[in-house]
Amino acid sequence: MSSALSPFSGYGLGLRKEHYRDFLEANVPVDFVEVISENFMVEGGQPRHILRQIRERHPVALHGVSMSIGSADGLDPAYLRRLKSLVDEIEPVFVSDHLSWSRIDDFNSHDLLPVPYTQEALDIVCANIQQAQDMLGRPMLFENPSSYLVFNGASMSEWEFIAAMAKRTGCSLILDVNNVFVSASNHGFDAQAFLEGLPADRVRQIHLAGHSQGTELLIDTHDSPVCESVWDLYAKAISLLGPVATMIERDGDIPPLAQLLDELSIARRLGALNAAGPERMAS
Amino acid sequence: MTLIELQRNLRTWLTTASHEPAEQLGAGAMAGLDVYQNNYRGQLVSCLEDAFPNVRKWTGDEIFHEAVIAHIDSHPPHAWTLDAYPAGFGETLATLFPNNPDLHELTWIELSLSQAFVAADAEPVNPDTLASVDWDTARLSLTPSLKSRVMTTNAQSIWSALWEQTPVPDGAMLDVPVGAIIWRRAFTSRLKQVDALELEALLQLERHGQFGTLCHWLVERLGDQDGLTAAANMLANWLGSGLITAVDAA
Repeated sequence: MSSALSPFSGYGLGLRKEHYRDFLEANVPVDFVEVISENFMVEGGQPRHILRQIRERHPVALHGVSMSIGSADGLDPAYLRRLKSLVDEIEPVFVSDHLSWSRIDDFNSHDLLPVPYTQEALDIVCANIQQAQDMLGRPMLFENPSSYLVFNGASMSEWEFIAAMAKRTGCSLILDVNNVFVSASNHGFDAQAFLEGLPADRVRQIHLAGHSQGTELLIDTHDSPVCESVWDLYAKAISLLGPVATMIERDGDIPPLAQLLDELSIARRLGALNAAGPERMAS
Repeated sequence: MTLIELQRNLRTWLTTASHEPAEQLGAGAMAGLDVYQNNYRGQLVSCLEDAFPNVRKWTGDEIFHEAVIAHIDSHPPHAWTLDAYPAGFGETLATLFPNNPDLHELTWIELSLSQAFVAADAEPVNPDTLASVDWDTARLSLTPSLKSRVMTTNAQSIWSALWEQTPVPDGAMLDVPVGAIIWRRAFTSRLKQVDALELEALLQLERHGQFGTLCHWLVERLGDQDGLTAAANMLANWLGSGLITAVDAA
């Protein structure tokens, strides 16, 4: 497995089918796009053709939702083979998935279910990450999910688990700032402590998105603009991490592309104001 | 509780809403468990709604959603991709509505069109390259996106009307069964009605591959002159429609 990812930063968008035409017909001012890997892990047809065309114009990050890195019964080899085929063809800037599980035995929930932050789960997650990275021949990024459940018997915090996972496997990280905000609100932990607990040198990408208020909990719905509190947390993250590739995800009530580009300009402005803050202050 | 026990517990919760796993996760877990169950079921509902918009229009929302709930309750998803989940919905509809062949056939059309959309790529043969082919021994390959079946109802007319948003005919049995074929040409899925003979000829070709064998079969059915004429016409149609993706010497 190659040991390092190329340096990359900039500002991008999650590409959804509502905006395919915009991206194919005009020069959209983004530094990269991220697509959901599984949407293109198909035999053939238009989806893969469109992705090839997009790839000619922009760096592409592949972001998966179905690797199920936390499955206690291991990874699905057929899934890994399909992902590798896509990775080999697209040559993405990043390949990522979530610190979660969706499959056990022959059941697949198609949801990002939480793992307990225990030593046993850490061992299983790390073994699975190593298998995936060996198969793909490159380091992956794993994202902190939003969660609505904490398990009894946790032996470490989420950020301690993530730091240990990154150290043991060499994987990199996506910091989903909205997910930190949602989980911190739902479980009552300190979002700042989460940010400070991450290994800064492993965070290669940042996700921003909107959420909704459920009956009792915040829900990671990706169907609204990034809220002020999440922008504030993003500014803090950038001041801790320095420049990191940042993108906005929108999966519901998808607005015209211009609206998302306006939102992305907020990230650019905050990034410019806050990036490399610690070094600047130290000097 | 080990990780695998915890994951099987959560699976049981998602698929049955049994309170036993919820109790094992502690009293404070209920709100979160409800969110996950809502996400799980909501995603499967959306998946089936997206896959079968015309079936939904045909049955009406209430019947469609009763069938969706019955399917979700009896068919937890197995595949790594949610795109595989709609494949079993036709069986659920057939169980719930055994006397509605129009619905079964409409469901097959809608599912097959979406499956053809992402089937493996294969370039159609250019007819201009076939001048020197020995047709007695040539083996033909059909596009991997091809799907076919016998149609006993006017489901194709129903689907077309729903798709084109024109007045939808009542469901009716056909006087004589016909065939329906679905395939993808370039990036567009196509649906075409064929007569029963052409459907059987395509199935023969799928099984044996050899054009000469197909000619013999048609000659046995129709006689020398009509059989060979039918074979030539079908071949021309299939080539023109992009159904043939390779012509190889035996």
